[in-house]
Amino acid sequence: MIHSNKVLDAKGLACPMPIVKTKKAMNDLGAGQVIEVQATDKGSTADLKAWAIRMGHHYLGTVEEGEILRHYVRKSGGEEQKDKRHPHVVSNDELIKLMEEKKDMLVLDVRESAEYAFNHIPNAVSVPLGELEEQINELDKEAEVYVVCRTGNRSDLAAQKLFEAGFKKVTNVVPGMSEWNGETEKAVK
Amino acid sequence: MTVKPMTVKEVTKKVISKDQLFILDVRNHDAFGDWKIEGENFEYLNIPYFDLLDGVEDIVDKLPLNKQVLVVCAKEGSSVMVAEMLSETGLSVHYLKGGMKAWSEYLEPVKIGDLKGGGSLYQFVRIGKGCLSYMIESQGEAIIVDAARMTEHYETFANENNILIKHVADTHLHADHISGGRKLAEKVGGTYYIPPKDAEEVVFDFAELQEGKEILVGGTKVIVQPLYTPGHTIGSTSLLIDDKYLLTGDILFVESIGRPDLAGKAEDWVADLRESLYDRYKKLDGGLMVLPAHFSKVSELGENGKVTASLKELYERNEGLNLESDKFRTLVTDNLPPQPNSYQEIRQTNMGKLKPDEEEQREMEIGPNRCAVHN
Repeated sequence: MIHSNKVLDAKGLACPMPIVKTKKAMNDLGAGQVIEVQATDKGSTADLKAWAIRMGHHYLGTVEEGEILRHYVRKSGGEEQKDKRHPHVVSNDELIKLMEEKKDMLVLDVRESAEYAFNHIPNAVSVPLGELEEQINELDKEAEVYVVCRTGNRSDLAAQKLFEAGFKKVTNVVPGMSEWNGETEKAVK
Repeated sequence: MTVKPMTVKEVTKKVISKDQLFILDVRNHDAFGDWKIEGENFEYLNIPYFDLLDGVEDIVDKLPLNKQVLVVCAKEGSSVMVAEMLSETGLSVHYLKGGMKAWSEYLEPVKIGDLKGGGSLYQFVRIGKGCLSYMIESQGEAIIVDAARMTEHYETFANENNILIKHVADTHLHADHISGGRKLAEKVGGTYYIPPKDAEEVVFDFAELQEGKEILVGGTKVIVQPLYTPGHTIGSTSLLIDDKYLLTGDILFVESIGRPDLAGKAEDWVADLRESLYDRYKKLDGGLMVLPAHFSKVSELGENGKVTASLKELYERNEGLNLESDKFRTLVTDNLPPQPNSYQEIRQTNMGKLKPDEEEQREMEIGPNRCAVHN
């Protein structure tokens, strides 16, 4: 079960209704939140993907369960413009190298769990940014933490939070999954 | 102003008579790029319906006032929505009834000619997909060759003309579309023929379509003589009818020739294809009318939509019949066009090994036909 902020039931509806309804439903979502669109129209996958790209939203993927297609889309947010503040930064390529060299490291993926489900670095641990505070005590403060998100901004915020909470070795991975060329895994079929 | 439906039959007439039409295709760009309604004098604008949800004001200026405008989508729903939005701005437009799904499934029957002992030969033009199938009728009996999946077209036509379908044949195991042959034969209680060499893996009973064998249609008047012409598939067989018509299947088309790679054996079958085209057909009477199982471009549609040419004419102008051996090999093995969508699943379905439901069959057939090679 993939977590989403809103579930839209568009089952049994023919084109164009799944997209028309998704467009409306997106208005009620906050930036960065995830919607699950349930549809049975086979054409909805290609259309929803093309529409999301066009609107600047982030199409995460589709899970097929028998007749039902569950599409996941993350609403665009203004995250891309912010300056990064956390001083310790590595590039994607540097992280790939470090992962080959080191054994004791924690790759912390702070994207929404739906984003993580469709595409993540093998062995990365998922703690969405919004849940970081409540889960922070479950993480080892002495660990060498590499924080990753889609473009490096949410991970920047998370890195600052971890540093303030007493984590000593925290590094932000920039840009992160949007340009990741290394290995990936999926938590869904 | 107004929104009216336009049927696939009406659009077909416009393609055949080379009329003008402005098509506003509201499917996504990938779908449009892959496959659209082709017409020699058609103009196109492709804007996905989801870009028009906030209004059509931006595209109104791009639509002509002096031409019919047809809004097209996959299944009709989105085109109705966009057509209604356009009508609210004061335009009169049409939408395609049934969308591209209906376009893909429509067959236009075209009479090719009469048979010597009475009866007629009809070509069924599947205009949206470029497939051609045939009905040879004599004395109230008929054989259907290379039937499309939508067998009701043949049944309706037969009923309206008091014709009994006695035989159904496929010239080869098709890879680009799902054959309606076996289904039609079962429905009408007729015999289903397929070349035995293409049927080694099929899981149902069939009659062998083999050289030297004759199928009688309507007493003794029409004799369908199969002619073994391997190349597109190992078993590909042509049919000779009435010493006048040559049904070439996917071996020879009007403007191109068949591709030998769809069963994964291009290299092995190059020589067979060459022999069929350059030797076996050459020995036949040049006056024979070639009737292929496909056309590639709407420019191949002649009078009333018929797709045909004499064998002699093809030896003069079809480039695929006029190549040196090495150039021929290059043409049919290198730089082949992309393979048809789902062609492997389609082959499995035609062998009876896969049993997709109707919706799945439709999905498998979506897209353009790619059975020919072109220069």
